Amino acid sequence: MKPPRFDYLRVDTAAEAVEALSQTEDARILAGGQSLMAILNMRLAQPSLLVDISRSRELDQIREEGSWLRVDAATTQARVEWMPDLSRKVPMLAQALPYVSHFQIRNRGTVCGSVAHADPSAEIPLVLLALKGEVVLRGPRKQRILTADAFFQGMLSTARQPDELVESVKFPMAKAGHGYAFTEYSQRHGDFAACSVAAVVNQAGIRFAVGGVADRPTARDWPRLTGTDLEDALNDFSWELQARDDPQVSALARRHMVRNLGKKIIAQANQQCHPDSIG
Amino acid sequence: MHDTISNVNPAPYTGRPVERVEDAALLMGRGRYGDDLGVRPGTLHAAVLRSPHGHAQLLKVDASAAIAAPGVHAVLTGEDVRRWAQPFVVGVKQPMEHWPLAVDRVRYSGEPVAVVIAEDRYLAEDALDLIQVEYRTLDVVMSIEEALDPGQCVLHEKVGANIVSDREFNYGDVERAFVQARHNIATEVHYPRNSCSPIELGFVLAQWLPDEHGYDVLSNFMGPFSLHAVMALALKVPGNRLRQQIPRDSGGSFGVKQSVFPYVVLMCLASRKAGGAPVKWVEDRLEHLEAATSATARKTIIQAAVDEQGRVLALKYDQIDEVGAYLRAPEPATFYRMHGALTGAYDIPCLYVRNRVVVTNKTPTGLVRGFGGPQVFFALERLMDLIANKLQIDPIELRKKNYVRADQFPYQATAGAMLDSGDYGRLTDMAVQAAALNGLEERRQHVQAQGKLYGIGCSAIVEPSISNMGYVSTVLTAEQRHRAGPKNGAIASATVAIDLLGSVNVTIASAPAGQGHMTVCGQVVADVFGLQPAQISVNVEFDTAKDAWSVAAGNYSSRFAGAVAGTVHLAATKLRDKLAQIAAGQFNCSADTIGFAEGSIFNLDNPSQTQPFTRLAAGPHWAPALLPAGVEAGLRETVFWTPDVLKAPDDQDRVNSSAAYGFVFDICGLIVDPDTGSVTIDQYITAHDAGRILNPALADGQIRGAFAQGVGAALFEEFRYSADGNFQSGTLAEYLMPTACEIPDPTIIHLQTPSPFTPLGAKGLGEGNNMSTPVAIANAFADALRKSHRDIEDIRLPLTPSRVLDLLDTQDPAPRHADPQAASARKSSAGGLRLSASGVVDVSASAEEVFDVLLSPQALARVIPGCHELTAVGENRYRADVTVGVGLVKARYLAQIELSDIQRPYSLRLKGSGQSSLGTGSGDGRIQLENTSTGCRLTYDYEAKVGGKVAAVGPRMLEGAARIIIGQLFAALGRQASGESGQSWFTRLLKWLGLNGGGAN
Amino acid sequence: MSSGFDRVDEMTPKKLSKDQSHLVSVCLNGRNRKAMADPRMLLTDWLRHELGATGTHVGCEHGACGACTVLIDGVAQRACLTLAVQVDGRRLDTVEGLATSDGDLSDLQQAFKRHHALQCGFCTSGILMSCSDWLGRIEDRVPTEQEVRDMLSGHLCRCTGYTPIVAALMEVAQARFERRKEYLLSINDNKESSHA
Repeated sequence: MKPPRFDYLRVDTAAEAVEALSQTEDARILAGGQSLMAILNMRLAQPSLLVDISRSRELDQIREEGSWLRVDAATTQARVEWMPDLSRKVPMLAQALPYVSHFQIRNRGTVCGSVAHADPSAEIPLVLLALKGEVVLRGPRKQRILTADAFFQGMLSTARQPDELVESVKFPMAKAGHGYAFTEYSQRHGDFAACSVAAVVNQAGIRFAVGGVADRPTARDWPRLTGTDLEDALNDFSWELQARDDPQVSALARRHMVRNLGKKIIAQANQQCHPDSIG
Repeated sequence: MHDTISNVNPAPYTGRPVERVEDAALLMGRGRYGDDLGVRPGTLHAAVLRSPHGHAQLLKVDASAAIAAPGVHAVLTGEDVRRWAQPFVVGVKQPMEHWPLAVDRVRYSGEPVAVVIAEDRYLAEDALDLIQVEYRTLDVVMSIEEALDPGQCVLHEKVGANIVSDREFNYGDVERAFVQARHNIATEVHYPRNSCSPIELGFVLAQWLPDEHGYDVLSNFMGPFSLHAVMALALKVPGNRLRQQIPRDSGGSFGVKQSVFPYVVLMCLASRKAGGAPVKWVEDRLEHLEAATSATARKTIIQAAVDEQGRVLALKYDQIDEVGAYLRAPEPATFYRMHGALTGAYDIPCLYVRNRVVVTNKTPTGLVRGFGGPQVFFALERLMDLIANKLQIDPIELRKKNYVRADQFPYQATAGAMLDSGDYGRLTDMAVQAAALNGLEERRQHVQAQGKLYGIGCSAIVEPSISNMGYVSTVLTAEQRHRAGPKNGAIASATVAIDLLGSVNVTIASAPAGQGHMTVCGQVVADVFGLQPAQISVNVEFDTAKDAWSVAAGNYSSRFAGAVAGTVHLAATKLRDKLAQIAAGQFNCSADTIGFAEGSIFNLDNPSQTQPFTRLAAGPHWAPALLPAGVEAGLRETVFWTPDVLKAPDDQDRVNSSAAYGFVFDICGLIVDPDTGSVTIDQYITAHDAGRILNPALADGQIRGAFAQGVGAALFEEFRYSADGNFQSGTLAEYLMPTACEIPDPTIIHLQTPSPFTPLGAKGLGEGNNMSTPVAIANAFADALRKSHRDIEDIRLPLTPSRVLDLLDTQDPAPRHADPQAASARKSSAGGLRLSASGVVDVSASAEEVFDVLLSPQALARVIPGCHELTAVGENRYRADVTVGVGLVKARYLAQIELSDIQRPYSLRLKGSGQSSLGTGSGDGRIQLENTSTGCRLTYDYEAKVGGKVAAVGPRMLEGAARIIIGQLFAALGRQASGESGQSWFTRLLKWLGLNGGGAN
Repeated sequence: MSSGFDRVDEMTPKKLSKDQSHLVSVCLNGRNRKAMADPRMLLTDWLRHELGATGTHVGCEHGACGACTVLIDGVAQRACLTLAVQVDGRRLDTVEGLATSDGDLSDLQQAFKRHHALQCGFCTSGILMSCSDWLGRIEDRVPTEQEVRDMLSGHLCRCTGYTPIVAALMEVAQARFERRKEYLLSINDNKESSHA
């Protein structure tokens, strides 16, 4: 298990990174590398060039921009997780980050890297989708901003073009009158979720998102359903996700978890969404 | 005399929880594991090419491009191995050829096919990708049921069948017991493949010594060293031409490092191929999980004849062990290690056993902690619970009723085990008391009130230690054994020596892997000499060329406390007696009155006659002339010890398979969450009688470690294969070892009933929980379901969410607006992985135009995703060079593509298969076309197969990936046929897949 | 604690060709060390086989087992998922640096010894490094056992069943918290006495 040969370029700025991506076929961004390096060690990929942004100060910013929390490409999950006021600003992210692999992986893994990799079971893409967050893509000529919904396109597949860098992701900050909740089930602590669920509830309705079941995180917007209406909606959704079997968790088990964890997490978000609450 | 002298030491170190001497170095990063030790300049590094197929003929191995690659010195292939080696000897009389490297056929995914020897591991792995191998795939045999079916493909043609051993054993009048018994209770159980895989992986540094016609090896192989003979024979050298050394430290073994031995042979041959340069191989995690070893999978039909009171009068076992592709030494030992003790902790007078060994296209099995015990006790202790349930007797009472009584020891069990000592009833009561203290019943009520299920279960097992080297010969008939000559015993050895300054040195051939052998030997020897443990130096590095060792040497069968520490005690005592004679000469007294305590040697009758130990003990080196008459020069004693009770199997096939038998009684309380199917251990009590305990802290450490592995086996760990022979547990994200969050603290209880058969009265205790915990958890789980749902007999481990939810009869209501076909097609099956995709694409071209694309090589080349080149090799048959993948994961495949069943313009079949450095891939599907008002509608239905590395490391991803790749193909087809180009195809692909009902199933 | 490598940008050319070895310099356990590395060389291999720091172990090479965990600029990370060229100019701490140069074990190492929190010792070095980072971050409180177990879940140990590791860690956390409390009190006392 040793990686194949590649050139290595360390960059300090987004512009340098994008330039390298656009000039080299099969170049890849190396941010935290917590998925990429494992894939390279297994020789499942053969990039010609790794563009290392992990030491870029320019790309390691956490900023509040209006009602958004913006996290840059080189910022680690740990840095966000250990923000003292994260649970107030983006409560769902605060709830989800401890589920992202392990302490040691979050110390290195980046928020943007997790989004860019688009593992269907990853927590951060699910949170981004549930919150209707955005992905800032920087290409050689322009910057474009996509909704999470438009960005995630399938198993390890996104709308990112080969010459684009996921420069930042933007999480909407908690709004009054909204309840946010996240949970997941995995066999062991820290594993990729067999099923992860996230809910945002306000007076107008429910936004409910599921990870680990379909080939990408998937969300539904419902009015404030209750009782059997909610159960039916959850059940329909659990089927629409076209759950996959894998050697550990069957599709049936996944649908079951969507229904049960979904009900639980929507109730939890519901409890928190009285009009004056923040998160 | 000995007892008198030992009693001099008022506070012996033996039996105390002293801190370990091993720890300081390990905590400072100064361990001496194999890969930590420097190598000679010029050492080369090996990487192993492995089969991506479960079963295939090996047609051609072309290493020419690899040999030409940078840094590559040589490539070892089957041809070389045929020239320099011979197949490993097989433990049953069968013409089965198991070579260290496949020579004409591969029989399991991961089997070695070639070895690249290069200047570093990176370069060696680069060259692996350049070796061209042609395979012709064969049908696979993937389950015990398939292996029993005579219609299935035979793995070893010379053997002629996949059942390679079939033996029956009868002890007592079993049939009569069954006729007379009130109840006849039977069940069928299955035990899965798993492994107590350690964190340090295999390591071999081998050198061919042409001048000495031999090989020199440093490896972390841990024994049994009976396999030294197997290795030397395979290399066609006398034993003294295969020198093996073992480093001081080994990063865990749990039996599993036994499986390093084929690689010892392989790397010796690699060094030979490289002209005698030292060759180093460090196993990586992928090759370890896929190809190192596994516990046997077992199917057992077990049956008991039971009287009205619940006394078991007779047992019948019909056991089938699945050993993988080869019967690798010491298999079929998984069966026979437990043979003498198949009646467990119970006094059961009649026993019938049928043991069948079958081969399958899976990795060969071997030693895994608990070896044989988990399989046997899973059957026996599930059965005891079923009997209790059927007779409405408390399961603990039922067990107590059947126990061998305390006044029966030593007790010869029906199949020959000589159960040495114990008080099973008393220890059981102690565990029950602890369970009451832990409030198990209260916990049950509390948890049930929260809407979850709670179960309580128990298990009682005997834990064998110090294996009889002759037990495997039980697989032979008495007549075959007579011809082969008897095999028995378990020779342990130890050497204790005194050096020029009077300090004590101990060497043992025990190859420890973290059990603290240095510490315990220090405790034992310190007590013998009246010294402190820190004054004793214990060397556990092992060298077959210089150490005292014999057939049983090594670190397995829990033999350390009973055999090795005991033999160390014997050697130290022998040397102490010699010192006593020397001291007696100097003090002019009888040797009987010499005492050893607090660093001095003295005359017990006249304590003023005393000398520092170091001074008196060093003296004979410097002045042998002062030795009393009859005392030989030299202060070094080696003792070989073998337990007298370990006889060869007798003519009635009775065998005392181990020298000592501990007893373990466990009680488990667990929680089942019906929302997720998760099983959580809530309370666990484990009670042990392992005879005399030499270091209680280390003993508890062994228990906790085995317990954690038992929980792993029960809830998480399994080697999985697809039905078509692909290995699917290739990473630690697929093979789930429990973490700190899944393992609770067990309550540990001890009773110490010394063994009369070992020098210190100690027995092994490191494997008990591997045997008792999986079945205690299964029994607790059955209890939870019995109380809430129904009786379930066939509980399959590990208890994954899927299995648990299935057993809970989990409802899966149909959606309100269902496509009922899609719903039923998605019904899952446990374990199997079907990669298939179907979909509909609306194309703005006619069906004829689509056919034009499919039948034109140039157009087809543009349709196949990632196609670099397409060459026709026949009518509608092509060879293609394609890059296939999703996201950043991709590889270049050499593929064959074929179009058939062409019914222009309505339908056709498109098949493709290819091979890359990531393994194999193939797809086979039917395409149907139907003209519509805007063009045509293309419907496809595909089944894909993925093998080799991708299947092993990414089974979680495969279905989604197959969906994407197949979707890409048809998206491109639609685009090409409509004459479209541009970049939006991906967007449309996703639309087709996601919105147009591209339902994969 | 300064590594003396603050201006990393000037240490090496930024673009490193796959066909060449490049000089990589680090401050390893307080000592400046340098050795060559190809761009693809893993930090584990570089530490172990180029610098001879074999205390950092390799158990999976895909970030799952935790045996290779080291501190990079004080933060616990997987060395197997790091390229050697990535740490050029940075401070590395490995298990070899935990004890004093006289061989006195740290409080954490002593607790591991006392609690028999290791057997084969192979996973231990990584666990110690994770603990030293993590304990440093929570020094103002005593963690719960669940927090300790969550942190440890990034390490696989096959020998101990984790119980003694958890116990050792809880004990160290408690002792450090007590010491810190006493220290803070003593500062307060000093302040008060100086005011008096």
